[in-house]
Amino acid sequence: MEAAVRPAWIGLALAVLVAAVAVQPSPAQETVRPIAPQDRLSGSAFMSAEARALQADDASNPAMLWVKDGEDIWARKTGVAERSCADCHGEAGASMKGVAARYPAFDPASQKPVTLDQRINICRTINQKAEPFAPESQPALAIASYVGLQSRGMPITPPDDKRLKPFLEAGRSLFGLRQGQLNLSCANCHDALWGGKLGGSPIPQAHPTGYPIYRLEWQGIGSLQRRLRNCMTGVRAEPFAPNSIEFTEIELYLAERAKGMTVETPAIRP
Amino acid sequence: MSSASKALAPALLLTVCAISQVYAEALRPFEIEGDAIPRSLTGAPGDAARGAAIVGNRQLGLCVLCHGGPFAEPRMQGNLAPDLTGVGDRLSAGQLRLRMVDGSKINQDTIMPSYYRTDGLERVAPRFRDRTILSAEEIEDVVAYLAGLRN
Repeated sequence: MEAAVRPAWIGLALAVLVAAVAVQPSPAQETVRPIAPQDRLSGSAFMSAEARALQADDASNPAMLWVKDGEDIWARKTGVAERSCADCHGEAGASMKGVAARYPAFDPASQKPVTLDQRINICRTINQKAEPFAPESQPALAIASYVGLQSRGMPITPPDDKRLKPFLEAGRSLFGLRQGQLNLSCANCHDALWGGKLGGSPIPQAHPTGYPIYRLEWQGIGSLQRRLRNCMTGVRAEPFAPNSIEFTEIELYLAERAKGMTVETPAIRP
Repeated sequence: MSSASKALAPALLLTVCAISQVYAEALRPFEIEGDAIPRSLTGAPGDAARGAAIVGNRQLGLCVLCHGGPFAEPRMQGNLAPDLTGVGDRLSAGQLRLRMVDGSKINQDTIMPSYYRTDGLERVAPRFRDRTILSAEEIEDVVAYLAGLRN
């Protein structure tokens, strides 16, 4: 009786063992627990009181200079079509309210997600028949700041669009992928070690709440992709190309991760 | 591109691959025993004074980005990893050596970069590709310094 039972018992134990081995994460893609929604904090929560005060006062926030430039671009006729943003969209305060909070979004023409910066360039190319702004150029950052400001105070609201799902999942994987000579993932620092100190500076949670940001370290304004590039360079990885699908996928995942958090654009960061 | 250089291109590519292969294989062999690499990577002891300079150099050693310890500028030190004060009392030179060479051999989830490994890494920037973070000599210098940090 006992002898007859034993093989079945061993079989079960083996099955459990095999299942346990099968769910082991691969070394590059370990399981770092995401931040619980109620524990999420914007980068501004990790800043000095001085930096927070700078962001809170539009008269002293240096990023408002780019917003002002963006307002001019909004009204200026341009391109072969001799058309301004305002000619089609009217008052940005009304038409652009909440738009930046919804990007990246799916672009049916290319069947891919696009960032807000890319969407603006699509509009320039097709509707204004103008040259696209170069990534990280002054006018690109200015118009993005102006459009972004129209969502200030609103919750980050990634579109509930199932066409985005595979790109979102790719972004989630990239966030967890160890990269570079230093072999660190975004999640290693920003999910697992936020609040800790890296060389004396607090590690924030990496929520895209205020882009474009005026970064004190840059002495200027920059995009989310510029910030991502900084981190990739920091771990000695080869950064993804500007406007690459990988960056868009990471932006998608960051928006999902920060869903419901408040837009602060144009924010100050250290 | 001329036809001659077209013909040469694959040969050149092969040569470059061969060189980087040699570079990657130039890692000194070492043996892990338990949780340590008991023998020096270079066969010689390191220089503790040079090791102190490497640990203090934020671009070279990178140590103080994560570790605190009895080093200059305490306010610029990280706290993401164990404080290195008195680490020589807790770990032998061999244990320190393995933790620097490849800490993932002890804990695969560690955030400690492997200072003497070039394989199994993703998207390494071109100027760091096939290069270790520190050389064997530099690792021995740091091991000599850390082993001497006593309470």
